[in-house]
Amino acid sequence: MDFLTVLISRANYWAYIILMMVGLYAMIAKNNLVKKIVGMSIFQTAVILFYVSIGAKQGATIPILRHGPVPEGGGIAHAALRHGTDAVQAVNYINPLPHVLMLTAIVVGVATLGVALALAIKVYKEYGTLEENEINQRLRRG
Amino acid sequence: MKLIGKMTILLCGILLIVFANKFPEFGDPHSPASTHLSPYYIEHTMADTAVPNMVTSVLADYRGYDTMFETTVILTAGLACFFLLRLPEEEEKEIYFRHVPTGVTIRIEECGAAPEDSDVFQRIDAQWVPRDIIIRSTSRLLMPFIQIFALYVVAHGHHSPGGGFQGGVILGAAVILFAISHNLRTTVAKISETSAAIMSAAGVFIYAGTGALCVMLGENFLNYGALAPLLGTDRVMARSHGILIVEIGVALAVMSVMIWIYYNLSSAGKQDEGL
Repeated sequence: MDFLTVLISRANYWAYIILMMVGLYAMIAKNNLVKKIVGMSIFQTAVILFYVSIGAKQGATIPILRHGPVPEGGGIAHAALRHGTDAVQAVNYINPLPHVLMLTAIVVGVATLGVALALAIKVYKEYGTLEENEINQRLRRG
Repeated sequence: MKLIGKMTILLCGILLIVFANKFPEFGDPHSPASTHLSPYYIEHTMADTAVPNMVTSVLADYRGYDTMFETTVILTAGLACFFLLRLPEEEEKEIYFRHVPTGVTIRIEECGAAPEDSDVFQRIDAQWVPRDIIIRSTSRLLMPFIQIFALYVVAHGHHSPGGGFQGGVILGAAVILFAISHNLRTTVAKISETSAAIMSAAGVFIYAGTGALCVMLGENFLNYGALAPLLGTDRVMARSHGILIVEIGVALAVMSVMIWIYYNLSSAGKQDEGL
């Protein structure tokens, strides 16, 4: 397999690796607490992208069963219904499980981001700064 | 710290890139993730729950415990923001009122008699600025449509993309839009912090209560089939209706927690005029 095929056939993994490393670097190396929180959000996005891309299937449609009137055209699932094959084929629908997991993870992520920002506000009120080295200095001085 | 960070991401990045080759290709129908559990969900969702949207049926029925505790996590996040930030309302040295018809600002010092909070006198902060009428009227016009759309997303989650989490967030966004375009005091007067707190707890209670009702009817926790005699349908349709009840609870909890977190974050717990 040549380089370009690998690059294209696993593009989702490269995207999530880049995002995850950007987030991880921000969490480790950035000095400002809000920038660390932004890094955490980027890291979270990388995980979400990874899960959702795992659920994808070639030639499959969204995980909602065809019901109601069947239109002309449409994907494989529609064609199967038109030709009277009634049984639902798992190949025709993408994997719903990663979508369920990430659906809740996104909302919980927003809520926990709120808690992180609340902590940052609290730290700012206490120390008057969000820079980590200045907070450390103040802590060492007692 | 910068050096450690760079070395860590280099190491992790190389590891992840090397092992990415072992993962299934993008869109591979025979990947491990889509061959073990998910075919069951796809093929049985209609027979088990009568819900064509698999995401909804997996979310609220097959993985009902997971979603219940996710809702609890959201409630806990709202509570955490409240306990971290909320300050007790203290007597301020001087407060400002604005006489709305004339636009005159009145400063009242300590022990002065404050006017009744009414349509004529508006309580303001020292850094009060007039709000733009275009932004105010546009957001006010948009709000009902956003809310109707949110209700549609909640109620139509069985048949199209949507459900409690999405609808709840949109409902919360409508209120947050109002709070941004007007100010926090006006919003708190309409939806008080207490009612946001009660609604978020009520949402989780609806979810857990539905599960407990199933136990009382003699079946497993969150087995909505047990609700069939109460709802007057067969067991499969009872599952579908049970999912709707639970989604409404989730929407209520998510909406009010989003509002609650916004109240506390935007004003750093003081709940004055906010952003």
